[in-house]
Amino acid sequence: MRVGVVVFPGTNCDRDTKWAFEKIGAKADFIWHSEKELKNYDLVVLPGGFSYGDYLRSGAIARFSPIMEAIREYAKKGGYVLGICNGFQILLESHLLPGAMTRNEGLHFISKFHHLKVIDNNNKFLQNFNIGDIINIPIAHAEGNYKVDEDTLKRMYDNGQVLLKYCDKNGEELNPNGSIDSIAGICNENKNVFGLMPHPERAMEEMLGGIDGIKMLEGFLK
Amino acid sequence: MKVAVNIHLKKGVLDPQGKAVLNALNSLGFDEVKDVRVGKQILIDIDTNNKEEAIKKAKKMADELLANPVIENYEIEVKE
Repeated sequence: MRVGVVVFPGTNCDRDTKWAFEKIGAKADFIWHSEKELKNYDLVVLPGGFSYGDYLRSGAIARFSPIMEAIREYAKKGGYVLGICNGFQILLESHLLPGAMTRNEGLHFISKFHHLKVIDNNNKFLQNFNIGDIINIPIAHAEGNYKVDEDTLKRMYDNGQVLLKYCDKNGEELNPNGSIDSIAGICNENKNVFGLMPHPERAMEEMLGGIDGIKMLEGFLK
Repeated sequence: MKVAVNIHLKKGVLDPQGKAVLNALNSLGFDEVKDVRVGKQILIDIDTNNKEEAIKKAKKMADELLANPVIENYEIEVKE
């Protein structure tokens, strides 16, 4: 599998993400944001960080990087795209995913391991999980308070686009940031564009707190 | 022509910053303050003397980039 990891000015999870995919056996390389074309990738990842210093709104400026036009085309043709944290915010601002991010309810930047519940597994990303599985993955964000209008949200539930929710270790809903319905991760209607605030690439080593990220990223290998 | 685009979170969208400022004002003794919303103002200098054209351009800028219609409303104000 070939993975392209997009690097914007201010991206800071690019190396971790490349390393994480190499660990599960993929070939990964960086794509600088000013490139205009995508090579033959099986997956394009928009990693976390602070693209363009989060100016205006998180992800708002990165949307206009030259590579985004190529990614839009790629996604339209069914190519797989994964946005992690700031990458998720960029996908929202680019209208490749529905909704928007606002500031965390408590105003704080939250950085810790958090439990997540698998809501839907009928997609490539979470196919290795069962519905209701509880996993433990780090979050690190100040703007993860997901908002979307009610009609769209209903459509997303009906279509299996709500993928992950924040919960406690027993699976009870636990909302760290005010996100609507405690949503942590979603996908688009065609189930080829995925976005989540938690960082699977930071849960790849038992020594560093957990390996639930491996099972997630491996979904793309199949 | 100078135009201001004033952007605020929509009514139903919780404004955590506004809430924090409200609490701070209340704790300073401004008990009469019941609600605070924090927004942003973007000042744009547009190279035209036509007021209507300036508003039209600013509106397009707001729709395409400056505001996010999912969560934000905006107003345009001509400064000079």
